[in-house]
Amino acid sequence: MKAMMLAFLATIVIAVGANAILNQSGFSSEDRYQGEAVRLN
Amino acid sequence: MLTRLMAVVTLIALLGTNPALAQSEGAVDAPDAPASDATTLEDILARQRGEDVERTNRAAEGSSAEEQARGMLGTLGGASDSLLWEGLRFGTADITTQAGGPAATVLVQDGGMLWVGWREGPLRTYGGYLLLGTIGLLALFYLIRGRIRIDGGKAGTTIERFKPVERFAHWLLAGSFILLGITGLITLFGRVFIQPLLGKEVNAWLALGSKWIHNNVSWAFMLALVMVFVFWVIHNIPNRTDIGWMLKGGGLFSKNSHPPAKKFNAGQKMIFWSVILLGGSISLTGLSLLFPFEMPMFAATFEKLNAFGIPGLIGMEPFPTVLAPHEEMQYAQLWHAIVSFVLMAIIIAHIYIGSLGMEGAYDAMGSGQVDLQWAKEHHSLWVEEKQAKAQSAPADATPAE
Repeated sequence: MKAMMLAFLATIVIAVGANAILNQSGFSSEDRYQGEAVRLN
Repeated sequence: MLTRLMAVVTLIALLGTNPALAQSEGAVDAPDAPASDATTLEDILARQRGEDVERTNRAAEGSSAEEQARGMLGTLGGASDSLLWEGLRFGTADITTQAGGPAATVLVQDGGMLWVGWREGPLRTYGGYLLLGTIGLLALFYLIRGRIRIDGGKAGTTIERFKPVERFAHWLLAGSFILLGITGLITLFGRVFIQPLLGKEVNAWLALGSKWIHNNVSWAFMLALVMVFVFWVIHNIPNRTDIGWMLKGGGLFSKNSHPPAKKFNAGQKMIFWSVILLGGSISLTGLSLLFPFEMPMFAATFEKLNAFGIPGLIGMEPFPTVLAPHEEMQYAQLWHAIVSFVLMAIIIAHIYIGSLGMEGAYDAMGSGQVDLQWAKEHHSLWVEEKQAKAQSAPADATPAE
């Protein structure tokens, strides 16, 4: 049961972390589709 | 009089030499015959039906002198509107844009209609029936067979089936897959089932939340997939005991039938390889969708399949090997969803047999400790191996946790 709860907690941590990392790494939709003369955020 | 006669003769001569004026009455009334390479109404209708229509690239070859002369009268000079729209339609127009990404210069992408048709039609229909059919079959199996009991009764002593780290990986995979499955189904079916019941606002919020969860929980799934592969691949290599197990149907259909098996029986091995191969394929297409247009993989895959003659084997034309950026995403989405449906059906069966369907099975992933009699009935060879190892260990050895 402890392993299951830890895994579910890890899922949340990984999801939140992935979102933060990808957004800060320039992988948001806004970053990918903007150009030199087009700012989307 | 002579002057008038000369005027009549001149008029007749002019009529005779001007092709436009010299056409017969019937020809004048007939609509302009299309140039041999022009798009016809039948071409347009055939394309709308999703059929392949052979097309001559008039823009690339240069239009006929007649079209050029006609074009001179238009606002675009020598380039006609029809050529411009044809260029946009078939991706041959020279587009410049300030927006980023490889898809920004594709303004018309007719392959999208095929995708929409598939997504709103067979994907939802057959995918939905597959899941409902699986649940129905399991319900029928439960009604006929009931819960598979421990035939010899509980021994009262337990044996460690899975270590904590193995159970952690299992639940990381299971929890993330269930979340991904539910959010994927909301994305696919929300508009047809949730929206009519709960309204557009609720469906929009659910879709937005589902997208966030689906995109970000996917990393937990991929990590767990690697973990379970590393932990269990060695135990899932097929061997001869699997044949006996399969021939007896795993003992699932009759009481007191317990074909020998090692740590994983043939049924579990099939689940393992389904999860690894289908989950791997879902992960690859998922990554392609997560980073749109950055990881196109279908044109290259189709090229390889064509080289091996696979489409011909199943009575199909060769697959397209030149795909617009959007088409790559559309194929990725379809494949991602099709494989996910298959894996969901398999996992529903796995969840059933690991919980409601078999007494004592859940403990393997719950506490990690299973009843010894259960272990002997379902994994007799594994129990023998474990017991032999325990007996051969030095007396002062610390038992592994």
